[in-house]
Amino acid sequence: MSTTTRRSTGATGTQRSVAPRKTPAPPTGGRGPGHEHELELLRQMLLIRRFEERCVELYSAAKIRGFVHLYIGEEAVAVGVGQALRGDDAVVSTYREHGHALARGVSAGAVMAEMFGKATGCSRGRGGSMHLFDAGRRFYGGNAIVAGGLPLAAGLALADRMRGTERVTCCFFGDGAYAEGEFHETANLAALWQLPLLLVCENNLYAMGTSLAREHAQTNLAMRAASYGMPAWTVDGMDVLAVEATARKAADSVRSGGGPHFLEARTYRFRAHSMYDPDRYREKDEIARWKARDPLAGLEERMRAEGGLDDLANKRLEEDVSAEIDAAVRAAEAAPYEPVADLLRFVTSPSGGAS
Amino acid sequence: MNARRSASGGSTASTTYREALRDGLREALRTDDRVFLMGEDVGRYGGCFGVSLGLLEEFGPDRIRDTPLSESAFVGAGIGAALGGLRPVVEIMTVNFSLLALDQILNNAATLLHMSGGQLSVPIVIRMTTGAGRQLAAQHSHSLEGWYAHIPGIRVLTPATMDDARHMLAAALDDPDPVVMFEHGSLYNEEGVLDGTVDSVDLDSAAVRRLGTDVSVITYGGSLPKALAAAETLAADGIGAEVVDLRSLRPLDDATVLASVARTHRAVIVDEAWRSGSISAEVAARIAERSFYELDAPVQRVCSQEVPIPYARQLEEAALPQPASIVAAVRQAVA
Amino acid sequence: MPSLGADMDEGTLVEWLTTVGAEVARGEVVAVVETAKSTIEVECFESGTVTELLVEPGTTVPVGTPLAVISPTAPVRPPPARGPVPAGDATATPLVRHQAAEEGVELAALHGSGRGGRITRSDVSRAAHPAPSRHPAPSRVHASPLARRLAESLGVDLSAVRGSGRHGAVKADDVRAAAGSRTGPDQAATVKEASVAAGARRAPKAAASDTGTSAAAAAAASASASTSTSDRAAIARLMSRAKREIPHYYLSTTIDLAAALEWMRRQNSTRPVGERLVPAALLLKAVASAAREVPELNGHWTDGRFVAAAGVRLGTAVSVRGGGLVAPALADADRMPLTDVMATLKDLVSRARHGRLRASETADPTLTVTNLGDQGVESVFGVIYPPQVAMVGLGRVTERPVAVAGMIALHPTVTATLSADHRASDGATGARFLTTLDRLLQHPEDL
Repeated sequence: MSTTTRRSTGATGTQRSVAPRKTPAPPTGGRGPGHEHELELLRQMLLIRRFEERCVELYSAAKIRGFVHLYIGEEAVAVGVGQALRGDDAVVSTYREHGHALARGVSAGAVMAEMFGKATGCSRGRGGSMHLFDAGRRFYGGNAIVAGGLPLAAGLALADRMRGTERVTCCFFGDGAYAEGEFHETANLAALWQLPLLLVCENNLYAMGTSLAREHAQTNLAMRAASYGMPAWTVDGMDVLAVEATARKAADSVRSGGGPHFLEARTYRFRAHSMYDPDRYREKDEIARWKARDPLAGLEERMRAEGGLDDLANKRLEEDVSAEIDAAVRAAEAAPYEPVADLLRFVTSPSGGAS
Repeated sequence: MNARRSASGGSTASTTYREALRDGLREALRTDDRVFLMGEDVGRYGGCFGVSLGLLEEFGPDRIRDTPLSESAFVGAGIGAALGGLRPVVEIMTVNFSLLALDQILNNAATLLHMSGGQLSVPIVIRMTTGAGRQLAAQHSHSLEGWYAHIPGIRVLTPATMDDARHMLAAALDDPDPVVMFEHGSLYNEEGVLDGTVDSVDLDSAAVRRLGTDVSVITYGGSLPKALAAAETLAADGIGAEVVDLRSLRPLDDATVLASVARTHRAVIVDEAWRSGSISAEVAARIAERSFYELDAPVQRVCSQEVPIPYARQLEEAALPQPASIVAAVRQAVA
Repeated sequence: MPSLGADMDEGTLVEWLTTVGAEVARGEVVAVVETAKSTIEVECFESGTVTELLVEPGTTVPVGTPLAVISPTAPVRPPPARGPVPAGDATATPLVRHQAAEEGVELAALHGSGRGGRITRSDVSRAAHPAPSRHPAPSRVHASPLARRLAESLGVDLSAVRGSGRHGAVKADDVRAAAGSRTGPDQAATVKEASVAAGARRAPKAAASDTGTSAAAAAAASASASTSTSDRAAIARLMSRAKREIPHYYLSTTIDLAAALEWMRRQNSTRPVGERLVPAALLLKAVASAAREVPELNGHWTDGRFVAAAGVRLGTAVSVRGGGLVAPALADADRMPLTDVMATLKDLVSRARHGRLRASETADPTLTVTNLGDQGVESVFGVIYPPQVAMVGLGRVTERPVAVAGMIALHPTVTATLSADHRASDGATGARFLTTLDRLLQHPEDL
């Protein structure tokens, strides 16, 4: 996941605390012949998209239960930011985190098995959709308390800072979390202590059913974040290349001792807040407008225009992704459940003792 | 109390509860560079109750870290730092303030290990003051440790003696899971003698602080001195009260409590928290569940009156368990 | 506080079974009282409305203390059946009488719910098979869990233990004291005195098990019979008085039971299991009949003279499970058919065990039987229970060699003894009693 070449999107996506950008980032070159990098971005986004579409089917078939929050429409944020992070960086996420987990490299099989509640799940069936964990990839979950992951991320960053590492902790959260005290406490603390923290606000315009304007007196989130004394940028969250470029710049700055950075990614979820909802709070037109800016279609279009993708390549990509998801579902179906006898495992550490 | 003890300890020496805590902190900071202390005014101020006085000078502002008044953020940061490989000791001024961080303690510290299927342990120690008795009124005086004891996944400690104040921290830091320590505000100035032969304590056991044959007085934390005073009074009347110090509210050491009740056949539980839904209720329930046929009298409880703790001295005193009320409850139990 | 026994000075009100404002009828059980010996249901002797309860449960008051105030209710109900009077006085149809006889229910103890206070069949059924709800655990003893556990393991009857705890609760020390009083060095004497004080002991163990009651279990428990401190004190007082005041004389004879037991065996072969006879019933019936034939031993020594009793109320000790003794009396045992003696005995044993005896049933016997056969002894010479003038002792039914028509044969026998008050009778009278008993037992079919 590490990368050396710093990509630039030119002047776009790097403004500090100003009005949101509308223009997509212009095409960039320099990623090698054959658009391998773009293809990889497309593959990751496609995996998230098709994985979640399969989740809808499986949820309807009652194979998956509980709350399931779909990321469809927002894939460019997870995938774009993911490009800016190294393997030893840390990621703290939300309850809408399938995309973050997959982009972080948690296998589709482990995530699917977790949603099936199986022993092979990435949280051994204790977490479900909202609590995906992978300590090996420093993926610190799936936090279903809105803004609850922010202080945690600050602590991970504090540990890195006190230990003198160059690691970055990236914390995803939404516009809803921005209204929580924990966001503001954490922003202040992180800036005060100059913690190596990348705060990525996925502004999908709705805190569940409450629109941005109905929950924030001042809707310019980046500007407000900047008031804590940290660099704060807004980026088009439907453009994976723009996200990647901006995140890279921010992460590099964080890594080099620049203290916390705030990134607002303007994005949109195409589906309901949780599995299904009546969508009374959104206009059909609005949804259609955002769908017209589908991040997958956008990248695909650009690649085709540049000759980096053709029908055959696209078909192969779809088949690969489909095969990966099929395998994940088959493995999840076949996997054993955790024995009920192990119910009380993982309440305290085996070497601990409190119970 | 005169000579301050060194962190390394040694022979029997007099100390205060506050200094014993400080010596425990100093020792932890000296022996493990992953350990750091953070909280409101733990550095320059020296700690709201003076526990960390002088540590900033010895260990510097990185490890004796003053925080903004953001309980949720700095407790959560402590949890994150623990995930990140450090051994944070987080001080919260009072248990009442800890409610601002309850989300982090319950939803993260206590649950991460389980939610992650055993991948993430959270070796954090959270210290806070609890209890009344100093005319601090209703937002600085409550005893909510019983709430914390309700939560699986954390250990809840209530050091009440010099040795526990001195040595519990080291054992708590050895625990890979979150530990919440409650220091009763009225104990900080208590003077006592450290047992020079003790250099560690176990966290799983309650302790019998005084032997007796007629009744088991089960208590913890700030009520321990009151219970011992009551036992003294009762001894003059020929009633032998065995005083059990729970020390840990979670896990609760049933065995020691039940063994004592099996000897005395009567139990009086003293808990400065409110009676309803308290740890005293839990202890009473366990006695009833597991030692019913040992009981020769109904279990008695001495708890705080069900009122926000008032400011005025006479009201506050009336609201709290006192040696006299403990004596009265024991007399009922042995009547 | 009613007097529920000759030696009762005070009693503890355990529980009210009525409330202020309740209508009560004469003969109705209104309270549970604990005496030094047992827990007893107290019936009231007035009809009317309870207007005041004067004594709180848990309170110990002297005999004669008013417990409650009952105001007459108009119109006054027809007088119901009186207390301990012959069954013939109760208003009941012949059919009901028959049913009562069948079920072993004492009509006189019933309050008729029918028109004019008439006893109905359902009254009898209820009395014979009391529904639990009709008797809301009047004998529930307040005891600590530890006390209960100790009582169980030490074989102490909680209902006989005086609680020293709050609200009269029985505590562990109370049970230990009760147990300690019987496990002392003079245990043999204790058992004997207890039996004397309380009356006759129960039937032999082996036979008792045939009754289908839990008599066998009780017999086993009686081996470790215990008495509380207060029991002990009561027994001590009474026995000292007996030995101080009564010049005892003692007689003994061994009775051949071959005919009696053979007759009983034949009888039992045609009876349903539940109605089979046991030797104890036979022996009690014979003693009662002998007492009727020798009235000089059946009565009380009062005011310096012997007063013969009108009927025979045969005192019989029942050892309550876990220890302790209660002494219900079999009224008119001499006139009762053997089947009824059997049924009554069964009923009394059962209710005594559950502390459900009525005051009328523990009222002074006219003669008491002590049966230590189940303890394995051959003979027992009891101490007379004042103001009675005699005590019949029965030993173990055991096979002995006897001479029959010049040959030695093995026959079941029992040694019957008599302790009698020399002020009231002489040895010849006593001898007549024992020979009468022997004769009666040789003709069991006449019993």
